[in-house]
Amino acid sequence: MSGNILFPPAAALEATRVDHLFYFLIGVSLLVVGGVGVLLIVFAVRYRRGHHVNRKWRRSHRGAIEYTWTIAPFLIFLTFFAWGAKLYVDLHSPERDALTIYGVGKQWMWKFEHPGGQREIDELHVPSGRPVRILLASQDVIHSFFVPAFRTKQDAVPGYLTSTWFTATQRGDFHLFCAEFCGTQHSAMIGRVIVMAPEDYAAWLERERPVESLASRGRALFRELGCSQCHQSGKTDLAPPLEGLFGREAALSDGRRIVADENYLSDSILYPDRQIVAGYEPRMPSFAGQIDATQLFALLAYIEVLGHVSEQP
Amino acid sequence: MSATAFQESQPVSREEPIGTIGMWVFIATEVLFFGALFTAYGIYRHAYAESFASASHRLDFMLGTINTAVLLTSSFTMALAVLAVKARSRRATIAALAATVVLGAIFLGIKGLEYSHEFAEHLAPWRADASFAFGTGSAAHQRLFFNFYFAMTGLHAVHLVVGIGVVVGVSVMTLRRNAARVERLVEGTGLYWHFVDIVWVFLYPMLYLVGR
Amino acid sequence: MSTIAAPSYLQAGHTLRTWYATSDHKRIAWLFLISMTAFFFVGGAAAVVMRMELVTPAGDLVSDETYNRLFTMHGVIMVWFFLVPSIPATLGNFLVPLMIGAKDLAFPRLNLLSWYLYAGGAVFVILTLLFGGVDTGWTFYAPYSTLFSNSNVVLAVTGVFVVGFSSILTGLNMIVTIHRLRAPGMTWFRLPLFVWSIYATSLILVLATPVLAMTLLLIAIERIGGIGIFDPSMGGDPLLFQHLFWFYSHPAVYIMILPGMGVVSEIIPCFARQEIFGYRFMAYALLAIAVIGFLVWGHHMFVSGQSMYAGLVFSLLSFLVAVPSAIKVFNWTTTLYKGCISFTAPMLYAIGFIGLFALGGTTGLFLATLAVDVHVHDTYFVVAHFHYIMVGGMVMAYFGGLHFWWPKMTGRTYSERWAQAAAIITFFGFNLTFFPQFLLGYLGMPRRYHAYPEEFEFLNVLSSAGASLLAVGYLLPLFYLARSMLRGESAPVNPWDATGLEWQTSSPPPVENFTTPPVVTQPPYQYTPVE
Repeated sequence: MSGNILFPPAAALEATRVDHLFYFLIGVSLLVVGGVGVLLIVFAVRYRRGHHVNRKWRRSHRGAIEYTWTIAPFLIFLTFFAWGAKLYVDLHSPERDALTIYGVGKQWMWKFEHPGGQREIDELHVPSGRPVRILLASQDVIHSFFVPAFRTKQDAVPGYLTSTWFTATQRGDFHLFCAEFCGTQHSAMIGRVIVMAPEDYAAWLERERPVESLASRGRALFRELGCSQCHQSGKTDLAPPLEGLFGREAALSDGRRIVADENYLSDSILYPDRQIVAGYEPRMPSFAGQIDATQLFALLAYIEVLGHVSEQP
Repeated sequence: MSATAFQESQPVSREEPIGTIGMWVFIATEVLFFGALFTAYGIYRHAYAESFASASHRLDFMLGTINTAVLLTSSFTMALAVLAVKARSRRATIAALAATVVLGAIFLGIKGLEYSHEFAEHLAPWRADASFAFGTGSAAHQRLFFNFYFAMTGLHAVHLVVGIGVVVGVSVMTLRRNAARVERLVEGTGLYWHFVDIVWVFLYPMLYLVGR
Repeated sequence: MSTIAAPSYLQAGHTLRTWYATSDHKRIAWLFLISMTAFFFVGGAAAVVMRMELVTPAGDLVSDETYNRLFTMHGVIMVWFFLVPSIPATLGNFLVPLMIGAKDLAFPRLNLLSWYLYAGGAVFVILTLLFGGVDTGWTFYAPYSTLFSNSNVVLAVTGVFVVGFSSILTGLNMIVTIHRLRAPGMTWFRLPLFVWSIYATSLILVLATPVLAMTLLLIAIERIGGIGIFDPSMGGDPLLFQHLFWFYSHPAVYIMILPGMGVVSEIIPCFARQEIFGYRFMAYALLAIAVIGFLVWGHHMFVSGQSMYAGLVFSLLSFLVAVPSAIKVFNWTTTLYKGCISFTAPMLYAIGFIGLFALGGTTGLFLATLAVDVHVHDTYFVVAHFHYIMVGGMVMAYFGGLHFWWPKMTGRTYSERWAQAAAIITFFGFNLTFFPQFLLGYLGMPRRYHAYPEEFEFLNVLSSAGASLLAVGYLLPLFYLARSMLRGESAPVNPWDATGLEWQTSSPPPVENFTTPPVVTQPPYQYTPVE
């Protein structure tokens, strides 16, 4: 692992960008705080009691001085804000072709599932050079997915679906921490992120390939839970059809239009009466507390596949 | 606590009596206290509109409305007490305070009756027999509504009980001392009473009139 | 100066009852001071054990369960039983009536009730400790605190709930007192900045604490009754808890620094023999911090899953609230310019305060910068940042103020040399303890870790070494101040030759504060820098 006593390794595109902003902040702070510190010491020494110096001072231009050091810091702060905000917005706008991996925080482990159905615990294999999006859920309390080498962090909140993404650049093993206090063994909830060359990652996927993909487990669940009784393909009288839904806009009964992304779908499964599709009765039961995060992800993966299936009629 | 506040106030000639300012600051605190609960309620009311509406229909609209009238009337008698004490009429002051106490007690009585109905209808979420599948919406969210209902009205009732206690105390003092000495006391108590009333004025539409 | 006839407040009755049933603000200040000092050392002891545990990467000294309880109790005690009431309830209680020329606070018996509520809350916290503590972190995040923790959450939140009302009543008392009991001629812009700072703090105490009270009430009800307000499986929202909690707890951070700013604004002009620079800006800055402080709570939630747009707004507002703090640092520094500076113990604490606060404030800007916060949020960077503000800032100011007004409070002088030594040891001990934690944070060490990967060891050892030095700095005053109380020489009315009404009455002041009602004819800080 590279990195040193002061800085962690920078193993993703985002890490380098955050570091640059961080250096900028340190530079400006050193200038300002250092300046104040030097003045503080100079004044303290020069104007100490018993030291004979000229102490006559007409306090003119006081207003101007104070307005200057009110407005100047604010302008400097605005540059901090703008730069930080730019990177933050990027962090919330994943590449369209990002590889999605599903992550679940659970007292006290991280479980990951790749779209092909490969599962791992406390380890996360990702390819380098390709945007990877981690979709996060929690099984119990709040956890936080934190990879210092990528400078990325995102809470996994029960009842919510959150996500983060990164493009790893450097191969190797990196720490994966839980950053939000989650109970007795919080500090043991440590895993590794293993960044591999794309071809090694492909080989790894092949080696770990299970019988069933995530989506096909989702399909089985879809029948088992009785979803298919109302959401039948070709029928639209009881429930809105799911074919071709994923990634499209849906019209809601209160007039809003909303993109059917993972968040919307997860909300619709867990809290169906938050958003009702226009033209339908709110009769869907809530699955909050009925299914766990892994099952939710399987369903989402299946609904996503349904979305692609009917895209080529 | 408010009673202590008033005894300690030192007569200062300027502007409002010191106890009254103290009471205003205290009310500001209370507004934020209830505000947090109201905000939480508002968020869920927005998220689960259907469930909250169907749950609200299970409340006793009639008793709630009567109670609103009772409490508003008690504010009126409280205002009369303040007028009476300013007019230095001890008998009128005590009569108005007593009426306020009675109306407050009636409110609590009716509230208790409502609660007992809700218990009988299995609407108290913490009891083993609770059940919430009615109308449209989800049972969990209807349960959430009743949690808020009991928390909000319960907290209001606690404030009212304190209010009644304070009004009783002030009445006793009015009996013993001359009206001039209790004027600030009655005034401050009045502020508190009106505040508790206003809380109800918000609670009533928030809880009883959802989706009506 | 009329120092003759009236007996001092310390001589007015020597039985226990004259203390626990007193309504004299000066004696109530002592009640707070003594009980808070006890809690300061209990909370400090928890920190010592934690730092000892962290000397080695393995969790070998105490179990993970114990460690979690230690940092929770450290946080709960230090925040609510020390920092929040520290300056307002002791120095504020003692000084505000003196500084504005009043006989007492507006509601003296309510003031005593504040202390009893504090003691009541303390009983719950002690019970929590006796029953094995609580392990949720001082933030009580749901759903961990409501559904998962097996510790005494209800007992602990009850303690905090009760002590919250103590804060509210103190705030209420201060607001009314400052509005209505000012001596003739004491206009708003003749108020010492310390009084302004207590006023601004009280606004926050009165308006933010009730939200905390309600939030904790909901936690308790949810834990007992399983009502689901924060439980996602029942439709509740765990993020709602964070919003409500930080709506109180961010302004509470300003409760834990504004009074410190007030103290420093008294000490610096006195020992620089110079009028404070930009008095009005200083007063407005205090109010601005108090008001804008209510609008920045979401900056604790940049990675919590709240919307991106909320993050942007809260970030911008957080930079805005930093502006008045920057102004204050510049103004204190300028006050030294062409002054005539003597380095007494209070002044050393005050200068230390400026340095540490400047560093703490600047790193606060790092945390307000969204993308950087994503990386350092919930790491030791945050731990270091808020300790620079609360311990480097507030506790330094608290000690500075305690030394500055000690002769007034006790009528005794203390050993200047020991006091200077303590101030310097504290400053260096503090930096050694907490500066390495900034580095640890950027390296990626998460907070609340009982065991950690080996590469963090070196910096942790440094930090623990610093903590032992810091402990010495905090223990020293206990000895020389106790000695001063028992054997100290009696202090003159105005040992520092300071302006301010509190220095015009005897040391210690009489029960009624002033033998003749004071009249104010000039602005504060009329110092001249001539030797």
